[in-house]
Amino acid sequence: MKKLKFLLPLGIFLALAAFLLVGLGLNPREVPSPLIGKPAPTFDLPRLDDPGQRVRREDLIGKVWMLNVWASWCAACRDEHPYLVEMAKRKIVPIYGLDYKDTRAAGQQTLSRFGDPYVASLFDADGRVGIDWGVYGVPETFIIDKAGVIRMKHIGPLTPDVIRDKIEPLVRQLNG
Amino acid sequence: MARWIVILTLALLAGWVQAKEAAPAAEDPALEARMLRIATELRCLVCQNQTIADSHAELAVDLRNQVKEMLKRGDSDQMIIDYMTARYGDFVLYRPPLKGTTLVLWFGPGLLLLGGLATLWLVLRRRSRLSPDQFEPDPDDEATIEPSDARRTIPTASRHD
Repeated sequence: MKKLKFLLPLGIFLALAAFLLVGLGLNPREVPSPLIGKPAPTFDLPRLDDPGQRVRREDLIGKVWMLNVWASWCAACRDEHPYLVEMAKRKIVPIYGLDYKDTRAAGQQTLSRFGDPYVASLFDADGRVGIDWGVYGVPETFIIDKAGVIRMKHIGPLTPDVIRDKIEPLVRQLNG
Repeated sequence: MARWIVILTLALLAGWVQAKEAAPAAEDPALEARMLRIATELRCLVCQNQTIADSHAELAVDLRNQVKEMLKRGDSDQMIIDYMTARYGDFVLYRPPLKGTTLVLWFGPGLLLLGGLATLWLVLRRRSRLSPDQFEPDPDDEATIEPSDARRTIPTASRHD
């Protein structure tokens, strides 16, 4: 035992290196949301395409749904947009949009140009609902269960991998 | 020279006049100051190493307005901090709270320092108790340790004179 003592600094070094290596792989932009496992924040917003029609949190209780925060000015949203359209076509889960800090004209133009995967897009002009949902980097995506509890949050653009490996299994589990 | 002084004075004056015009028209300086004090405690999640008081990111502007509105409503500082952590988590606090999951964060560096000092002290104490013949001789000491080997040490010593 005593003979192995000279290995102690090496051991400490390896432990430290392991911590740093793990740290390198973490993304500091992905701040875990405190909202996961909590009831979704309330909202009562007009639709993007029809200011007269409103969508409330209560309207969506009883079904599993997805909230996708997007904006016409958000470049990363363009990247994920085809995957959203694909998800809508395959009817994986009803997708609701939250058009965050946008203008109606620009938001509607984006959807007519790139396709509209949303059951409805809520129009959050001043970003107040976004703050309630802890949005800090568009795009963000939430999965909400039948009881209105947030089950998952994805920060940044969706990828086919995320949809296949995280969203689809979760939706299946929540619906099953 | 005199012309330069006039130009310089005018330039300075122009700056002063402009600064006067650009002064932020805060309707309530006390409220603004309170808002800024709270804002310096909150991290901007867009540019993560800035507070929302420093940051020009749109979210930071929105959050400053949110803080101001809550203050106008009469909310306490703690209520505002709670509002922010409920949405953005402890990460939004520039000074993380002391709790189970942050113990390593708060005390880890201190413990490492103490551990290092303790190790240094133990090593030095052990070495100070060793007899001199446990160490390799320094070249300079060779004269005293091995006086018999005069041929090698004398040139060395003379060189140091």
